Amino acid sequence: MKLLRELTGNAGDFAAAVGSVTLFCGRLLAQVPRALLRPSLIVEQIHNAGALSLVIIMTCGLFVGAVLGLQGYDLLQRFGSEDALGTAAALALIKELGPVVTSLLFAGRAGTALASELGLMRATDQLTAMEMMAVDPVRRVVAPRFLGGLIAMPLLTLIFIAIGIFGVQLVGVQMFGVESSSFWSQMRSSVDMNDIAEGVIKGCVFGFACSLVAVYEGYNAIPTAEGVGRATTRTVVISAVLTLMLDYMLTAVML
Amino acid sequence: MVSAVSTHASSAQPAAVSDALIEIRDLHYSVGGRSIFSGLNLSIPRGRITALMGPSGTGKTTLLRLITGQIKPTRGQILFDGIDVASLNTRELYALRRRMGMLFQNGALLTDMDVFENVAFPLREHTDLPECLIRNIVLTKLQAVGLRGAARLMPSELSGGMNRRVALARTMATDPEVLIYDEPFTGLDPISMGMIVRLVRHMNSALAITSIVVSHDVQELSELSDTSYIIAGGKVVASGELKNLKGHQSDIVNQFLNGLPDGPVPFHYPAADYYQQLLGSEA
Repeated sequence: MKLLRELTGNAGDFAAAVGSVTLFCGRLLAQVPRALLRPSLIVEQIHNAGALSLVIIMTCGLFVGAVLGLQGYDLLQRFGSEDALGTAAALALIKELGPVVTSLLFAGRAGTALASELGLMRATDQLTAMEMMAVDPVRRVVAPRFLGGLIAMPLLTLIFIAIGIFGVQLVGVQMFGVESSSFWSQMRSSVDMNDIAEGVIKGCVFGFACSLVAVYEGYNAIPTAEGVGRATTRTVVISAVLTLMLDYMLTAVML
Repeated sequence: MVSAVSTHASSAQPAAVSDALIEIRDLHYSVGGRSIFSGLNLSIPRGRITALMGPSGTGKTTLLRLITGQIKPTRGQILFDGIDVASLNTRELYALRRRMGMLFQNGALLTDMDVFENVAFPLREHTDLPECLIRNIVLTKLQAVGLRGAARLMPSELSGGMNRRVALARTMATDPEVLIYDEPFTGLDPISMGMIVRLVRHMNSALAITSIVVSHDVQELSELSDTSYIIAGGKVVASGELKNLKGHQSDIVNQFLNGLPDGPVPFHYPAADYYQQLLGSEA
């Protein structure tokens, strides 16, 4: 009986949370057209979410690419197909690793920054002060941050993929001596626009999900130090789980 | 009366001018099963400084949140210039709030903007004034609070008193009809406190606005307020000029005004028997 009560209680909490996120999402999307009228606020947030994440994205992209080069070369040379390293690595990066790893890094860097910033604004009455000045904080503060994250995420994904391919090339071509011309020509002949579109679409969807989770958790944070900390942690955990779940669904649809 | 109120509420326009700008009638409010107000009645006269006082935890800040429409009462009415605040939708409430200004206990300045931009914020959001005019208005407001020279400082570089003076300048930027101060003296040194008292008095008389000050600082409020309400137990227990309340019959009023450590508000939080608890094992 106790287990049943807990299960029904958890199901009720889950349904309430989904409802709350849906309402918040509706309120946020309704404010997006008005937020678009002030592009300077969005550009500032693209800088915060995107430009400030560049170093971590590029560094991780390089090392993920390098590891992919090592493992890929080791695997392919067993079959005497080292020349296919470029194709294999590029497809892995463009279709899977690029969007997924970028999204996880984005949640850890930009998502936590967004959630803690909004949570602290809540805790220090800044959001309430805006409401008292008859300024809707969802329009003025939340929507530009959401849009900034949404726009930055696919751009970061593309940068991650480009740097990752450079990392693969560094290991495969420069270190192990894979033929440069076959590395690039096989990659160019195997990768088409649909593959790139798949990566970009995933980047956009993950950007939407991660940015929404971050602004929702931050905006609804309990206005205490513990509440802001919890919102930040929840942002990372929920974003990571959502990213992997959505990745499976998108892959199943687009394959 | 209700129909008249709802007619006005729909347009968020003022009703016929009466002496009271804000009237609270039979206000009930409870949260989590705990009653905060149970039949509270009071009226805030137009153009005067009204103090809302009471021991900690009596719901003074909650009352401000009710007046400004941040939360809705369980029962009763809060009439702002004849408009029932609880009946307004978001758009009407925002229209009404443009007639109010609220000074928060911590200032609530936007931390990613400097002092100038903080004061300019409501002007940029609500008006299409040219930049030169915004600049002049901001500098005028900052001059009024004595902080024109701090225009390019960030909120993190300000002291507590300066923080509240900037917040006051920001609140004044759009010339509200009523200014609401939530604990404006808390944590200030005597100099900063004196500055805030002077500013509240000056703003009220020079601009002919209505001021509501929530505080438990009896000394400062006795100099400042025209009329006072002491709230305890979810109701108004005393009202009038603060200096006339000193010899009030109510024990709670006497305990509050004289700062007595024990009385109707007990020193000890309700607990189990002391000796039994010491001899027992429970915490």
